[in-house]
Amino acid sequence: MSTYVALFRIRFTNSLQYRTAALAGLITQFAWGFMQILAFLAFYRSNPQAFPMEFSDTVSYIWLQQAFLALFMMWFYEREIFDTIESGTISYELVRPYELYNRWFCQSLANRLARAVLRCLPILIVALLVPEPIRLRLPASLGQFGLFIVSMFLGLGVVVAFSMLVYIASFFTLSSTGNRIIAAVLSDFLAGALIPLPFFPIGFRKLAELLPFAAMQNMPLRIYSGNISGREAFYGILFQASWLIILIVVGKLWQRQALKQVVVQGG
Amino acid sequence: MIELQDISKSFRVAKRNPGFASAVKALFSRQYETVHALNEVSFKINKGEMVGYIGPNGAGKSTTIKIMCGILTPDQGSCIINGRIPWQDRVAHVREIGVVFGQRSQLWWDVPVADSFVLLKDVYQVDDRQFQHNLDELVALLDLAELLKTPTRSLSLGQRMRCELAASLLHSPQILFLDEPTIGLDAVSKIAVRQFIKKLNRERGTTVILTTHDMQDIEVLTERIILIGKGRILLDGNLLELKKRFSHEKTLRIEYYGAQPQLVPGMTVIEQQAGRLVIVLETEICTVSQAIAHLSSQVEIIDLSVSGISAEEMVATLYKEYQL
Repeated sequence: MSTYVALFRIRFTNSLQYRTAALAGLITQFAWGFMQILAFLAFYRSNPQAFPMEFSDTVSYIWLQQAFLALFMMWFYEREIFDTIESGTISYELVRPYELYNRWFCQSLANRLARAVLRCLPILIVALLVPEPIRLRLPASLGQFGLFIVSMFLGLGVVVAFSMLVYIASFFTLSSTGNRIIAAVLSDFLAGALIPLPFFPIGFRKLAELLPFAAMQNMPLRIYSGNISGREAFYGILFQASWLIILIVVGKLWQRQALKQVVVQGG
Repeated sequence: MIELQDISKSFRVAKRNPGFASAVKALFSRQYETVHALNEVSFKINKGEMVGYIGPNGAGKSTTIKIMCGILTPDQGSCIINGRIPWQDRVAHVREIGVVFGQRSQLWWDVPVADSFVLLKDVYQVDDRQFQHNLDELVALLDLAELLKTPTRSLSLGQRMRCELAASLLHSPQILFLDEPTIGLDAVSKIAVRQFIKKLNRERGTTVILTTHDMQDIEVLTERIILIGKGRILLDGNLLELKKRFSHEKTLRIEYYGAQPQLVPGMTVIEQQAGRLVIVLETEICTVSQAIAHLSSQVEIIDLSVSGISAEEMVATLYKEYQL
């Protein structure tokens, strides 16, 4: 176990070093958050009754989404892992005393957390200071906040477990570009990264809410604002945990299968 | 301690003819060809041995190493190393082995070498005292003091290879696999690497299995060689005995004027250029003086040297003998 803790620690501290990247990310996310909120504001002004979420809930959703983007973005992959598979350096990974799945899982987790730690505070502070109605509300209650935290970590787990499938797929396809793009587009849309899931047409929404993508950012962001609360929130967390377990089991089995027939590229 | 029995491994390789038309055709129906990389390979290596594993490109050397490291699963056959089956008990197995793939790097590209070492210490769970002891020793032996603070990307190939060797030994493995450790190195670096490997084997008793194309490596380092070709073990024996087998053979180098001379039985050409000829002579069939008399009767000899066979020539003759 402590091998993985060490791997996590090293990757985490290493990722903390990139200050300029963090600053650039911050600026982008501010701009993006403002734009999105202003667009929604215009829609809401025309007819507030036409929307499935309260405006303040939508605002919280967007601010939190920007603050914790690093945890949930689906177009972000570990370049290193693809390189390892495509170039054949995986030989060296396989002569180390760890399970490759766990090692990659730790690495992704650490990288995403380090990025989020650097970026979330400034965004949250500003979001709490801007004037109404575009201000980020405090969570509905302390209990609700606790649920939000749990749900956020589960969501992160689901995101990483899902990207593991994309990594493993490149054992079979050799080039990872296609897998990566399809997975990113599909999951960003279905996870509610473009617009929150409640905005989908009802039939489609029901389907989308059953998929693993709904167990990513959708749950924690809606739990925070109180859009999902009480018993529903508990079920939501259970739903996330189930998908997390399913994805990990599938990923581990699939990787075992992949490694059995692995051909190391380039001799 | 290492025992391979009838290991076979084949790969399926997609093949097509060059050109646009066949590329289009390959979209619809793929032609696969099965390549038998290994064919019933068996050998046994004892603790503390240093073995040279040689063969031409594509003979199956790297595949064998990868199977012994637990990376590849063979199609059939058994392999037991330290009582374990590498690919089934991979994590426990790799704790006790060190590996250097000469063509790849295990060091973290952007950070100082020392950081990579610390990462490996954590990965292998080496305790602080043992790590410091190993590090000090490796730094002294491989002359790494100056390199530890340098990022891997700024190292020369020779410097990097020294660091790679150290990296593979930080956890005091009992077995060291070296897959072409001297590839691309200059003469000085090669000698440093060889001396180090030799010392390691002598002082720590580490079992070393080495693949290489550099016959000097073999000559300096190993007593035993295993020759593999087209996936089969062709020869497994002591280097000295093998040399004795070839001791009735001499290498004859001549420079001459005139047309290329006719050869008689007992002469095998190893190298030929205009005005230069290297011949391996089987002295039981054709003695040295007969050969010289024969050659000088045909051409004007400018320079001539006769020597015992070197490992390089021996292997070249072996490859020819087995038609590799």
